[in-house]
Amino acid sequence: MKLVFALQARGISKSFFGYPALSNVDLDIRRGEVHGLVGENGAGKSTLMKILAGVYAKDSGFVRLNGEEVDFSHPVQAYKAGISTVFQEFNLIAERTVAENIFLGREPRVHGFVSRREMTRRTEALFDTLGVDSINPAVRVRQLSVAQQQIVEIAKALSYEPRIISMDEPTSALADHEVELLYGIISRLTARGVSILYVSHRMREIFDLCDRITVLKDGQLVATHDAAELTEQELVRLMVGRSLSALFPPVAPGTTVGEVALELEHAGNGLVDDVSLVLRRGEIVGMAGLQGSGRTEVLEGISGAAPFTRGFLRLNGERALIRRPKQAIRKGIAHITEDRKATGLTLNQSVMDNALAVIRSTQPSKAGKARHRANQLFLELELAARGPDQEIKFLSGGNQQKVVLAKWLLAEPRIILLDEPTRGIDVGARHALYSVIRSLAAAGHAILMVSSELPEVIGMADRILVMKDGRLAAELPLGSSEEAILQAASGVSASEVAA
Amino acid sequence: MRASTALGSAPRIFSSTTTIVYLVFFVVLLLSTVIAASAGRSFFTQGNISVLLTSTTVLGFVSIGQTLVILVGSLDLSVPFLVSIASVLSAGVMAGQSANMASGIATALITTTLIGLVNGLLVGFVKINGFIATLSVGLIVSGYLFSNYRGSTGKAAPALASLGEASIGFVPVMTIIMFLCLVATVALLAKTRVGLHIYAVGGDPAVARMSGIHNAVPIIVTHSLSGLFAGIAGLVIVARLGVGSPGVGEQGGYDLLSIAAVVLGGAVLAGGRGSLWGSLGGILIFATLDSVMGIMQLNPYLKDVVRGLIIIMAVAVYARSSIPRTTFRFPVASEGRRASVSTARGEL
Amino acid sequence: MTTSISRYNTAPLPMRVRVLRSFATPGGAIYLLLAALLIALILYNPGLAAPDQLMRFIGRTAPVAIVAAGQYFVIVSGELDLSMAAVIAAQVVLAGNLIGQNAARILPVVLLMIGLGAAVGLVNGVITTLLKVPSFIATLGTSLAISGLTFYATGGAPSGNPVNSFRAIGRDGFENVPILGFLPYSVVVLMALVVLAAWLMRKPFGRTLIAAGDNPVATSLSGASVWWLRTRAFILSSLASTVAAVLLVGYAGVSPVVGDGYDFAAITAVVLGGVALSGGRGWLMSAVAAAFALEVLFSLLSFVGVASTWRPAVQGAIILVALGAPLIRWRRRAFSASPGIPVASPAPSPGEEVSA
Repeated sequence: MKLVFALQARGISKSFFGYPALSNVDLDIRRGEVHGLVGENGAGKSTLMKILAGVYAKDSGFVRLNGEEVDFSHPVQAYKAGISTVFQEFNLIAERTVAENIFLGREPRVHGFVSRREMTRRTEALFDTLGVDSINPAVRVRQLSVAQQQIVEIAKALSYEPRIISMDEPTSALADHEVELLYGIISRLTARGVSILYVSHRMREIFDLCDRITVLKDGQLVATHDAAELTEQELVRLMVGRSLSALFPPVAPGTTVGEVALELEHAGNGLVDDVSLVLRRGEIVGMAGLQGSGRTEVLEGISGAAPFTRGFLRLNGERALIRRPKQAIRKGIAHITEDRKATGLTLNQSVMDNALAVIRSTQPSKAGKARHRANQLFLELELAARGPDQEIKFLSGGNQQKVVLAKWLLAEPRIILLDEPTRGIDVGARHALYSVIRSLAAAGHAILMVSSELPEVIGMADRILVMKDGRLAAELPLGSSEEAILQAASGVSASEVAA
Repeated sequence: MRASTALGSAPRIFSSTTTIVYLVFFVVLLLSTVIAASAGRSFFTQGNISVLLTSTTVLGFVSIGQTLVILVGSLDLSVPFLVSIASVLSAGVMAGQSANMASGIATALITTTLIGLVNGLLVGFVKINGFIATLSVGLIVSGYLFSNYRGSTGKAAPALASLGEASIGFVPVMTIIMFLCLVATVALLAKTRVGLHIYAVGGDPAVARMSGIHNAVPIIVTHSLSGLFAGIAGLVIVARLGVGSPGVGEQGGYDLLSIAAVVLGGAVLAGGRGSLWGSLGGILIFATLDSVMGIMQLNPYLKDVVRGLIIIMAVAVYARSSIPRTTFRFPVASEGRRASVSTARGEL
Repeated sequence: MTTSISRYNTAPLPMRVRVLRSFATPGGAIYLLLAALLIALILYNPGLAAPDQLMRFIGRTAPVAIVAAGQYFVIVSGELDLSMAAVIAAQVVLAGNLIGQNAARILPVVLLMIGLGAAVGLVNGVITTLLKVPSFIATLGTSLAISGLTFYATGGAPSGNPVNSFRAIGRDGFENVPILGFLPYSVVVLMALVVLAAWLMRKPFGRTLIAAGDNPVATSLSGASVWWLRTRAFILSSLASTVAAVLLVGYAGVSPVVGDGYDFAAITAVVLGGVALSGGRGWLMSAVAAAFALEVLFSLLSFVGVASTWRPAVQGAIILVALGAPLIRWRRRAFSASPGIPVASPAPSPGEEVSA
């Protein structure tokens, strides 16, 4: 009997450090179908994919591949069993050739020696299967374009003769004509009976490619539908549609939107271009956009971490030149970065040392007095820590973020740039942080908040800027819907959705 | 938008680092000839070429091993002490008897290879930083050397000594052996799985692991080979000097010189990129400089000053000009990597 | 990942608690080790129990302790200084030859030495931070150049004999001091420098320096200039070598090899003192205590009959054990405790530092 399903997953659950990322998710993939996997950031798509790929071990549930139960503890096991994955992260060695990358770890040998000829021949055969002839197997991956590297990844996935290939946002860095090429490759693969698990944010692609679509939300399965049964609007509604509840505190009393604190005019550098925006005192401006759309880079441009090279920046109406973080800090700009552990904290130092980092670097003479003020701030922020000497790595994410906030507030900034302020922070602690952000606005700070979580942007921001491909794509007013933001960010025009 | 910047491939000129190394070598050679000529001396005398090739040989052996170790992303600072211990052990066992030549060579090479293996285990399994692990092992070896030997010791077997003096044309036999070892190692890197994995582990350990490679294996292999080649370098010294000496490796400064030659040859210290041919070019550059300093009868101590300055300048130039090692396929890949470590949700 | 649920308590922990807790860390345990070694040494050589003998002993170890303190600044900032031996030798030769038998020259020459020391540190720092040459290559390179010059100047043999009043700094002391009996000048110099260094480490400079060693990106985003912090650490390190050189002239004489082994002794002390080689962790006082512990250990070993030539081997073994043992334990714990850790989690590359 021929099985209909290439893969059946049942009751998959996974949590990280007690925080559930997936709970009880089912997934069926038919032979030769393109199966879309969609959901917001944090919905659990990548976690599910990585479990299928053997990168993470699942906590519970089972996976059947062609009717046989499988359990992977290493990515190579998944490859060998017939699930290949094209990860979103770079998974090739830049200094090695295309052929070497594809056959890394299982290079073909003749008489005990690696046969480059055989490797090249097989690589060319793989490219033939994909209908690609523009890539020389002997060239280094570093010299390939982004799209070509993507094809090499797919060829590598295909070289394991998989039954299923999962692809995580495969088009996020491709130009339109390159996406067409990918479409062609996918249809060739499915014609050979290979199933594709396709993760994407882009509605157009999902509907162009997928036969069926599974929607995840908050780590749970929402539904699996035939693509033909759904419209884009219905799909977006399935993905979002969550009550904002009481998570977001109301605007703090006494908050008034005042004069312009910061103004960007056609600002740009190698990463973003033509960004013009205005921040006013007392205002929280949200910034949304897909991963890689340039949100973080706008903040880094303002704060001098990756300075702008074009356009103007005005502070309180006066032109300012910011080349280094120190200059930005002295001009009253605070930049709370996205990745606390990598760029926000010195993990081996104490709570107090972290809190005083900015003041020690920029106004060392005030560092002594700042200690007292830091303690006050910690009490105001209701920091849960043993005391100033505790090493910060032992604090929870929410408390670490409070220390980061305190570090910047000690420098008395007027403009606060927040990048994913609640990432990795549990719900209870989030609410506290939102209240803090509200009260900062009430105190007259101008706040620019980048977030991947649309409810957060909608719930907190007075205005929402949407980035796409390194440029500002839209400015949406208070009360905009998640649908509107997603459409602006992913490039589906409003008229298309309305139609 | 950012995708398009990443689309542009690296400028052609950088893709053949080795060519640049040899261009630099020829420029240095040309300048040396001019300098020698301006002082009324000739650079290209048979004697001088022989001296140049001889000084290439010892550093050459050490640098073959050092190249391997650097390619895998580690370092070997124990080489000077391995050179020394090979010299005293082989000269001691041979004691001037040709009959003992084989056992002398075997004793020396087995010892240095085993010490290299220990280096490899410390780096690959215990995961101590390669620099500090090999430095510590080197210190232990040096403690043994200076506790058991005072000044020169033993005597080379006559057969070994005559091999050290033998040459075909003006090319010393030892140089030819070094060249053959280099070719064999080139083949190892290009034609065996472990060779390809050396590059892979040095280039990106996480990707190598994802592809099912046991990263410790290439690390251990390269460190063991580095021990072996340092041992051979010690034998070459014994062949030339006729005796072993506990301080001969340190005096040669082979740790710094070999690292410098490898870096000068276009390898990246972080691993994954470089070639033995490049390293050979780096060695030739150093040998030429040494040789011209010899012709100009520069004080040997001042030679060290020049060497030190050249090493710093060379590494500084390479550190500046080398293109970013990792190209990110996705604009967010770098963020994603970092985030995936820090985000409790494990979701990008 | 322990989540603290306790309320924030603004008062620092009481000193008593902090001291007790610190003994459980490598940086605190070194004091216990030092005490044990000292007791053992005194058992072997009861004469050392006399205060003046002990002071003389401390005086002899002062150069190593000072060099260790200097190396501490560099290591804690995430770099390494391998030029200390060369700087010591160069300064000793400089003092020997320039001062000669003219006591009036002591002050100007010492000032010159300090200026030169600072200049070497500046060069090391700039090469490392601005030219982006890895610090071990940069400092080995300057070390090669400096020792080349030193040997060139001396012809490789001991030369120059400075006036006795200069040598007295290293070998004499205050006589008839109450309780101690004899207080070597070198101990006074050491104490003064340690107090100065400890004060620096509590200042914004020191705290930011550690932060830069811990996470240079975060520190730079907080407004610090990491390159200048690290360069100052190199300057302090070369100045420490200079002071050690002044003391060494006293009892070791003037020779271009007088500094040999001092950089490795300093690194061993810093590692033994529980300071992370990758930077960002560890206490200055522990590094200094570890330098003493090392010296005590070597005295003990020489009593037991181990030749001083084994010294580098002992240091190498100490470094390997101090770095390797915690790594092995750490890894076992990580794998068993959290099965959720991804199999393919980016592991440290072979060349990467794993802070113990």
